[in-house]
Amino acid sequence: MNNILFLSLSLVSIFSAIMVIFSKNPMYSILFLVLTFFTLAGHFAIFLGAEFLAIVNIIVYAGAIMVLFLFVVMLLNLNKESEPNTPMISKIAAIIAGGMFLLVLFSALTNQIYAPEPLYTKAGEIGLVKNLGKILFDEYLIPFEISSVLFLSAMVGAVMLGKKDLKQG
Amino acid sequence: MEILLIDKVFLIVIVFAVSLVIALYSTLAERKVSAFLQDRLGPNRAGIFGLLQPVADGVKFFFKEDIIPNHADKALYILGPSISMITALMTSAVIPWGSYIEFDGRQIALQVADINIGILYVFAVVSIGVYGIMIGGWGSNNKFSLLGALRASSQMISYEIAMGLSIIAVVMMTGSMSLGEIVRQQHGFNWNIFYQPIGFLIFCICAFAECNRTPFDLPECEAELVGGYHTEYSSMKLGLYLFSEYINIFISSAIMSAMFFGGYNFPFMDLISSPNLLAALGLIAFFAKILFFIFFFMWVRWTIPRFRYDQLMTLGWKYLIPLALANIVVTGTVMLISSSFK
Amino acid sequence: MQLTNRSKLVVNKELSWSEKLYLPAIFSGMMITIKHLFRKKATIQYPEQKREFSKVYRGKHILKRDEQGRENCTACGLCAVSCPAEAITMVSAERKKGEEHLYREEKYASSYEINMLRCIFCGLCEEACPKDAIYLTEELMPANYDRSNFIYGKDKLVQPLGTSAHPKTYKPYKK
Repeated sequence: MNNILFLSLSLVSIFSAIMVIFSKNPMYSILFLVLTFFTLAGHFAIFLGAEFLAIVNIIVYAGAIMVLFLFVVMLLNLNKESEPNTPMISKIAAIIAGGMFLLVLFSALTNQIYAPEPLYTKAGEIGLVKNLGKILFDEYLIPFEISSVLFLSAMVGAVMLGKKDLKQG
Repeated sequence: MEILLIDKVFLIVIVFAVSLVIALYSTLAERKVSAFLQDRLGPNRAGIFGLLQPVADGVKFFFKEDIIPNHADKALYILGPSISMITALMTSAVIPWGSYIEFDGRQIALQVADINIGILYVFAVVSIGVYGIMIGGWGSNNKFSLLGALRASSQMISYEIAMGLSIIAVVMMTGSMSLGEIVRQQHGFNWNIFYQPIGFLIFCICAFAECNRTPFDLPECEAELVGGYHTEYSSMKLGLYLFSEYINIFISSAIMSAMFFGGYNFPFMDLISSPNLLAALGLIAFFAKILFFIFFFMWVRWTIPRFRYDQLMTLGWKYLIPLALANIVVTGTVMLISSSFK
Repeated sequence: MQLTNRSKLVVNKELSWSEKLYLPAIFSGMMITIKHLFRKKATIQYPEQKREFSKVYRGKHILKRDEQGRENCTACGLCAVSCPAEAITMVSAERKKGEEHLYREEKYASSYEINMLRCIFCGLCEEACPKDAIYLTEELMPANYDRSNFIYGKDKLVQPLGTSAHPKTYKPYKK
């Protein structure tokens, strides 16, 4: 039962991830990316027991960030005519770079897969809100606070960029 | 396990049917309420009090010609209303309709899924709901639809933040994100509204915005945008869009009454010992609250005019979000002080 | 000049804090609408209920006959002259021998047309008529798809034969 679920979910996620790259229409790319996020959230929730992570993944990525992506695509109205004509040499360069990245990723992940023991044996416990909150505000308090400062600085930066005239403002 | 599954399937079917029926009759109620508020009678020809009017409307929607515009993106055009409808219906899974009933010696919880992060699930589904509007608006390839879709999505994203922040105060008080637990803690007359009136106000305003109801119905603003995101839609696809709006109203009324008005709890409920009777009365209490909120939605719609777009954004970002943050701070402070006195 | 005492002077003053909150205003607005929920409804359920006409309602015209069934009209043309919308045209003819039972006087209107699209239902024709021949009844003007059908000739205007001189809807309003 679980295997079938895992297989089908993985197949959908891989298919949609591939479709993100291969769709001609950027609109479809984004929608497939949303689907990918959904399947990933499904993985988190069902196989890792990380419900909180899954839901936050959907709220933040699928629900907010991707909507903003859609916004941009809708307003720019990208279509085939406006697609930039890339020269052959940059295409070749992209293939080589992508292939090397894949190689690195593959070698890195093979080590991970055959790791002696999984990160959390008690899957299903850590993902619950209570445990997660306790861990975040206990063990990982400093990284958590630092990341919140990072977000704050990003927000201030966005506001500064959004201002019309910096000298006058 | 299998019995549990049958229970759940049964419950899901009932919840599904009830949401559809309530949404169906909300369309009639909307017309009746608007008529009565304007000293008219409203539809009263189909059946007594026009009770068959929604059926007639539904049949009409089904028999109308289903037009897909030539220049529309066919797949997305069909996907739009489907997503709207699915997300509207999905939310009802976590709402606790009653405590439990005893049947055949077993306790059957009247909630489809009491998940640990219930309220976040609601937010996730609501945030997906915006795709239905955006995809439909973009897919119909019409400038009015696109404008409506853009308005809808920016409005919904903006108000989701204030909505989430207003809920945090309640979650802080309850110490749980599960809707079942939140309702259970409001036992009797210990409703959250008495502790969180500001939170409720913010949540209520944001719920109006999320449902695209007046005064926040800019996405379908007839005066400027023809019909907004569903300008190009016809037949049952349009019906699904309109219908999902009413299901959203029903669900947000249910969530409002569960979060702030005690859900199935009612005063003096401890006097009743039989769990089945209690569940039945609780269900009645819950539905009375829900119906009141549905009426409230309509009442507001026919009272308050539509916002201007910049006013909408100002209200959301400059007033509601700071107010919600202040509410969280005040709640936290009060909780800290009261816990130190214990 | 003040016509009613309902007019309000518009002032562009800054809103006070409580006014900026809008909530009291919204609340009072909602109280107003809820009051209307219980008010008597203005709707008249048409086919079952009919709105009572005013006593001086002026509807479709009728060319009257006298008690013996003879047409009153002598085609004097006063109605056409008095008509502000110039909706009435007529052709007069002399009564032949043997037509005494049809027309009351020696002269009659061989054709009498009212253009209902021009007519403003002012009733001046009725006022002008010296022979008690034209009246505006309580009957509504029916709608039609074709403009040419709105030119009413004698076939549509003359009181049908055999009807009594003062059937209910043909009652002249002066009484």
